[in-house]
Amino acid sequence: MLKGKKIIAIGERDGVPGPVIAECLQGAGYEVVFQATECFV
Amino acid sequence: MAEFIKPVRVGIEGVFYSLAHVPDLVRYGSKPLREIRANSALGDELHQKLRGFNAAVAYAPHQAYIGNIAPERLSDWPKPWYDKLIEGATFQGRFGDLVEQNRFYVLLAAADQFDLVSLENDWFHDQDAQPNVVGKKLHSTTEIHALCDKGALPLYSGKRLIGAFEAAHPEDASLAAEVLLENLAAKVTAAHSLRALCKQLDLDPGEIDFVISCSEEAVGDRYNRGGGNLAKAIAEQVGCIKASGCDVKAFCAGPMYAVVQAASLVQSGVAKRVAVVAGGSLAKLGMKFESHVKKNMPVLEDVLGSFAVILSAAKPGEPCVRLDSAAFHPVGAGASPQAMAENLAEKPLAKLGMKLTDVDRYGVELHNPEITVPSGSGDVPRTNYLTLAALAVMRGQIAKAEMEDFVHTRGMLGYAPTQGHIPSAIVYLGHAVERLRAKQIRHALLIAKGSLFLGRMTQLSDGCSFLVDRNDA
Repeated sequence: MLKGKKIIAIGERDGVPGPVIAECLQGAGYEVVFQATECFV
Repeated sequence: MAEFIKPVRVGIEGVFYSLAHVPDLVRYGSKPLREIRANSALGDELHQKLRGFNAAVAYAPHQAYIGNIAPERLSDWPKPWYDKLIEGATFQGRFGDLVEQNRFYVLLAAADQFDLVSLENDWFHDQDAQPNVVGKKLHSTTEIHALCDKGALPLYSGKRLIGAFEAAHPEDASLAAEVLLENLAAKVTAAHSLRALCKQLDLDPGEIDFVISCSEEAVGDRYNRGGGNLAKAIAEQVGCIKASGCDVKAFCAGPMYAVVQAASLVQSGVAKRVAVVAGGSLAKLGMKFESHVKKNMPVLEDVLGSFAVILSAAKPGEPCVRLDSAAFHPVGAGASPQAMAENLAEKPLAKLGMKLTDVDRYGVELHNPEITVPSGSGDVPRTNYLTLAALAVMRGQIAKAEMEDFVHTRGMLGYAPTQGHIPSAIVYLGHAVERLRAKQIRHALLIAKGSLFLGRMTQLSDGCSFLVDRNDA
């Protein structure tokens, strides 16, 4: 469904970090144009 | 027990936690300051949702914070906690207290060596406690208004203007009034906790050899932003006349690193008695106020958290930091929650011949979910406990169906205000010490995380952990 889409990946410290999301999606052939991890506490 | 491990223990003499209830400083938290500047109507909405001191005292998470309620009991407490206040609650706890705003202002003025704080004369003389505030800091209402007109930050008690906070330099952003108020608030709150701990232990502050501050503020001028040594300023404020000190910084994991370093100083013989202190984070006041206001809740981030711990040589039967259990999150480990749990729980425990299920209690990121859930930030402690439980399942230590039981028996609900470094595991040390002394638990593992990526110097997270137990050797 997301094939060919550009991805912005926002991760969370106590959940899934941004680089991990980016690596998974890049491995699946998606283009990650921005990724970051944030802390919400 | 692995045969090569000889326990290395450093004694925990005492722990004290404090909350300064400062509703009229919430407007100077980083988020409210920015949002109210953009939309002044938000200031009125915020003001209407501030709670009074009695409501802050009777708030169940605060009673857990100062030691009057076991955090393990909070799951039985009716919710919402802000509505189900505890009748007869007191501001003094078994190992902590709450400080009322007016007293905080007076302490702020007393700790100010650079005439940054001015207080309104009539208001000041109505206060009960009046420690060493020199006359030149006291002014008429007209003079206070004039200072604010010239750019000083107004200090309020409700709607009443009772003081002003000035910048120390007109062109140095690191010495702006907003920044120095944060820094001085950290100094004052940390000093209060250390002073109270010394009193509780009947200890002369002069008997402390070294003070480590793990407060989060970047103290310094424009050439030394973050240069720090707030620790020595705190030591001076408390009267630790034989001590020096320094700061340890590691975002929210700072307190845990500071305790490990303090314990190392004691263990190595460099110092006999070391205090670890942290003051409150004013920048984090009202961080989620918009969600609270929208949901018709009180603004719950209205307190400055602080703590003090004193470490010295281990005594028989007393609670200790197990220095040989100390673990840090290595650069090459990866930042996934699983990698964190492996490096901060599984590996250090394995070194001691223990499994995840051998730990009686885990102290993790204990942020109060009543603050974070309404803003969409989730239940942080529960997420952390589930990660530990999932790792225990992966290692075959429990069945998947036992995960909730693992979380319930080895964890607790979060009860700390979102003050960054304060909720980050260290907040449970006081309760752990009490449980160990009462022989209700054998050990607790404290695990803190630090969000290094926030500083934009690395994408890495960080973490630090250590076990506390009783010296039954």
